[in-house]
Amino acid sequence: MFKPMALAFSVASTLAVVLPAVPAQAEDSLYVPLLTYRTGPYAGSGIGIADGMHDYLEMLNQRDGGIGGVKIAIEECETGYNSQKGVECYEATKGKGALVYNPWSTGITLQLIPKAGVDKIPVLSMAYGLSAAADGKTFPWVFNPPMTYWDGASVAVKYIGGKEGGLAKLKGKTIGFIYLDAPYGKEPIPLLEDLAKEYGFKLMKYPVPGDKMQDQSSQWLNVQSDSPDWMIMWGWGAMNPTAVKEAAKIGYPMDHFIGVWFSGGDDDAKAGGAGAKGFLTLNFNGTGAGYPALADIKKYVVAKGLSQVKGDDRVGENNYNHGVYNSMLIAEAIRNAQKIAGKKMVDAADVRAGLETLNIDAARIEAMGLKDFMAPMKVTCDDHSGENSVYVQQWDGAKWTKVSDWIEPMKDKIRPMLVADAKAYADKNAPWPARTEACGGR
Amino acid sequence: MDLLASIFVDPFLRMAGNPTFLTQVVWEGFVSGILYALVALGFVLIYKASGVFNFAQGIMMVFAALALVGLAEMGMPAWGALVAAVGVMLILAIGIERLVLRPLVNQPDIILLMATIGLTRFLVGLGEMVFGGEPKVMITEGLGIPTGVVRVPLFGKFLILKEIDITAAVVAVLMVGFLAVFFARTKIGRALRAVADDHQAALSVGISLERIWVIVWFAAGIVALVTGIMWGARSQVSFDLEVIALKALPVLILGGFTSVPGAIVGGLVIGIGEKVGEIYWGRLLGGGIESWLAYLIALGFLLYRPQGLFGEKIIERV
Repeated sequence: MFKPMALAFSVASTLAVVLPAVPAQAEDSLYVPLLTYRTGPYAGSGIGIADGMHDYLEMLNQRDGGIGGVKIAIEECETGYNSQKGVECYEATKGKGALVYNPWSTGITLQLIPKAGVDKIPVLSMAYGLSAAADGKTFPWVFNPPMTYWDGASVAVKYIGGKEGGLAKLKGKTIGFIYLDAPYGKEPIPLLEDLAKEYGFKLMKYPVPGDKMQDQSSQWLNVQSDSPDWMIMWGWGAMNPTAVKEAAKIGYPMDHFIGVWFSGGDDDAKAGGAGAKGFLTLNFNGTGAGYPALADIKKYVVAKGLSQVKGDDRVGENNYNHGVYNSMLIAEAIRNAQKIAGKKMVDAADVRAGLETLNIDAARIEAMGLKDFMAPMKVTCDDHSGENSVYVQQWDGAKWTKVSDWIEPMKDKIRPMLVADAKAYADKNAPWPARTEACGGR
Repeated sequence: MDLLASIFVDPFLRMAGNPTFLTQVVWEGFVSGILYALVALGFVLIYKASGVFNFAQGIMMVFAALALVGLAEMGMPAWGALVAAVGVMLILAIGIERLVLRPLVNQPDIILLMATIGLTRFLVGLGEMVFGGEPKVMITEGLGIPTGVVRVPLFGKFLILKEIDITAAVVAVLMVGFLAVFFARTKIGRALRAVADDHQAALSVGISLERIWVIVWFAAGIVALVTGIMWGARSQVSFDLEVIALKALPVLILGGFTSVPGAIVGGLVIGIGEKVGEIYWGRLLGGGIESWLAYLIALGFLLYRPQGLFGEKIIERV
C-alpha cells in the first residue's frame, strides 16, 4: 500500500511545483498575466514586487471598476526567476488574450524578446532586461521604461563624479563593480567599461556566481585587497543583504557603496543591521506608503483581505513600490490604448501603441494619487525606455531617505551605444524582422 | 613568460608580501570549509546507515532553519523554538522512515535516490506553505549568538573576524567531536556502525533497522538544523541556502561517502582551496572561479584515489 502512496506523493509533489495554476479567463475583462516569483532563491525580492503589482491592479478593480469601466483579470504565474518556467508561463497564458507581459527577469525577457513580435504581445521590462531594447525601431514590441540599466550605471558614475568634484576628477580613481554573474548583473558592464576609458578610472569587477550569493567572502576579500574608492552593485535576491553585511564587516564606507534600484529592498538593508547605515541605491519610485494611491490600496485591497501582503506595514516598502510603479505603467498603457483605439476592450496591439505613446506628466501623476512618488516620464516611438531620471536614496538605519535630486542619465553617450547594440542584436539574430508597425499605431 | 609568472610567481609573492591578508583568506576558507563539512556530514550519516544518497539534505537544512525562525515569529521564545525545531526534525525523521524508507526497503539505490528527490520537492512546498517564501532573519540575538566583528592585530595589520564565524567554527568542532564519540562509544553508535557494515548481519544480532534509520535521519536533521542556523546567521534564511548543499558533493567526492573524518578534511580542503584559488588565481580567469574550482580539486583527487581520501576501497574480483 505504501509503495503506490510513495510514488503518488513523489509525482504529485513534483507536478505541484512544475505546473502553473491557470484559471479560466473571462471575455469581458482586460487580461493581465503577471509573471511573478514568490518561491525560490529570489523570492526575497520577488514577493514584495508581486504584491505591489497585484494590489495596484486590484485596487483599480475595487475602486474604479477596472480601467475605463472594464475589470482587469489578474493572473499570477510562478516563474521562480527561472527562464524555462517563465517561458512555460508565457506559453500557458498567451492564448487567453494577454495584453502585456512583465517577465521580472532579464533571463526571461531575453527569451521573450524574439516571441513578442511574432505573437504580437508587448513585453514590458520595467527598468531591466536588454538595454538595447530601448531602440523602438529595432524592438517595436519591447519596452523598458523608465530607464535602462545603462542609464542607471551612467547615473551612478555621474553621482560619484559629483561627489568627487566633477567627472574629470574620476581620473586615477578605482570603481569596483560587484554583480550577480547572470545576464542581469552583466548588462551594465559594456557601458561601465566605456565610461572607464573615457573618464580614466579603473574598473574592478567582482562577479558573484549564483551559488555564492550567500557566501561572498572571496569577493569582499578582493575588495578589501583592492580598496576601490567606490563600489557599485547590481545585486538581486539573497545577494543584496549578504553584500551589505560583508561590506560592513570589512569596514567599507557605506556612503561610497551604491546599489542599482533592485538592490534597495528594505530587507536588503535591514539585514546589515547598524553597519548598513549610509548604504546608497538608485531609485525611480518613492518609498513609504504616504501617497493617496497607496492609501487606497490599503483601504480597498489589504483591508478587504484581497492581498497576499504580509502585514499592512509591508505596503510602501521599496520592492512593493517597484511593483506598484510597474502596474501603474500597465494601467496607463491600457488607458492610453483605450483612448487611441476609441474602445474599451483593447487587445495587445492596442496596448503596444498605448505603451509607445505613454506620456505621464505631473498633472496625471497627481490625478493618480502618486504625487512625489515618481518623476514625469515619457516613452516615444524611437526611445522605448525614455531615459528618464533617477535619484539616489540612502539607508538611515530604519528607512530610505532621498539624498539627491532627480539625475538625468548620460543620454548623449548611451543613445548611440544603444542603437549600435540593437543593430548588433538584429544582425546576430538575422533575419530580424523590420518594423512595420506605425508609430503609436497598430 | 608573463603568464607563467602570473601563475607560478606573483600569487606567492602576494602571499608573502601580506601575510595578514593570507591568514584572512585561509580563515574565511576554514569557516566555509567547516560549514561545508557539516552539510557533508549529514549526507555521510545517512549514506552509512541506509545506503541512501540523501538528495534532500540541503532542503532539510533550509526546512530546519525555517522551522526555527518561523516558530519564533509565531511568538515562541527563541530557545523554545529551538527545542520545537528539534522536535520537528524528529517527526520528519519518523515520517521519512515510515512513509519513504520502510516501503522502499530492498529497492534499487536509484529508487531511493528518486524518493529523496521527491522528498526535496515536498519539503520545499511544505516549507513555503507553512512559513512563506520570503527570506527571514536568523534569531541570532535570541539564541545568544554574537554578531559583532573582532579585529585581531597580526603582522602589523588587523585580521577581521566575524563573531558568528568564530561561533560557527566552535559549534562545528563540538558537533563533530560529539558525533565521533557517539559513533565510537555508545551502544547506538556501535549498532549504527554494524548496520553500515552489513544490514543482514546487523539484523541477525537483533538490531532494529527501522530504529537505526530514525536515529540516523534525526541526527542528520540536527546537523541540518545547526548548519542552517550558522549559514542563516551569515546571510539570511531563505530557500537559496539549499544550493550550498551542492558544495557537499565535491567534499564527498574528496572525503569519501562513508567517512566522517573524510567529510571534515574534505570540507576544509575544498573551503580553503576555493578561497585561496579565487583570491590569488581567480583574476587570471575573470573571477568567480570558486563555483567550479571545488569540483576540479575533487576530480584531481579522484584520479589518484577513486574512493576518496578516507573512503573504503572497494575490490571486486571477477
